[in-house]
Amino acid sequence: MNVNWFLIVSALIFCLGAVGVLVRRNPLVVLLCLELMLNAGNLALIGFSRMWGGTDGQIFAIVVMVVAACEVTIGLGIVVALFRRRLPIDVDELRELQG
Amino acid sequence: MAFFFFLFAIIALAGAVGVVVLRNPFYCVLALVVHLIALALLFLLLEAQFVAAAQIVVYAGAVMVLYVFVVAYVGGGDKPRPLWRASAKQRALAVGFGVALFIELAIALLGTGLQALSTHGAHVGLDYGSPGTIGAQLLTTYLFPFEVASFLLLAAAVGAVALAGRRGGLEDDDLPVAPEHGDFVAAPRSAATGTMAEGVAGYGITTPMPDPQQDDRELRETEPFERPLPETVEPPA
Repeated sequence: MNVNWFLIVSALIFCLGAVGVLVRRNPLVVLLCLELMLNAGNLALIGFSRMWGGTDGQIFAIVVMVVAACEVTIGLGIVVALFRRRLPIDVDELRELQG
Repeated sequence: MAFFFFLFAIIALAGAVGVVVLRNPFYCVLALVVHLIALALLFLLLEAQFVAAAQIVVYAGAVMVLYVFVVAYVGGGDKPRPLWRASAKQRALAVGFGVALFIELAIALLGTGLQALSTHGAHVGLDYGSPGTIGAQLLTTYLFPFEVASFLLLAAAVGAVALAGRRGGLEDDDLPVAPEHGDFVAAPRSAATGTMAEGVAGYGITTPMPDPQQDDRELRETEPFERPLPETVEPPA
């Protein structure tokens, strides 16, 4: 398969994730859609890495995975903290940053 | 090759659509697991074996388990919230933005000067993308990013504990009453807090779970400190 096809799929997944981030209200699902976007980036990185025949793109993909894991940890921690304080789990109603 | 590519791509896209449109967050997580596994198979088609394995183990394994736990803890909300509670204008704007983004990306991809994009990629050896190659790169060329990534993980772990940990200890109602007779096993606790005694009594399985608001006082009063210990079960001969 041409590398182009992989990049097209990656672009589609990225756009789906972006729409999900904009549309969904539950912060958990917003985090899931962020994962979609990061994974689309990973697919593009690995596709480019295959195009050049070097492994650098794969290293970048692994670093992106690490960053995604950190983001998930912090994001889920925030969601759990919201739940503990009986705040609404809804990004529309969370407008103030003060505790 | 082409057949597998389209199969995995369609599964991955279906999973992504499921994440966006499914109503129950639990199903969203499961759709994302399907998406991630299909994506790992696409990575395999691109001959990135190590990244595919890491994707399965780290993403579809560890991170998704974390998600499942948090979704089970927080819950998707008892009353089903309407998915498209955003106004129709905002929904149309979001979808329009997505389509515009895709068109832009497609123009960038198709109009690129990178001629190699329309080929199968460079010729690579058998050990391309193998753990050995990746590990050697990580520990030589990319040693500094590797170490920084480990520090980032440490900071995230500490931050998560600071964010989600209980502050100020247990609430008053959760504190076990100090046992007077040194019998720590029989010290009463609030109802429905998941004690071993409740598990043995079969709450939630054979008998209905007591309402913590309702039966709390009652349980405490009816269960004295000197609750007789259950008789020792004779081991079968």
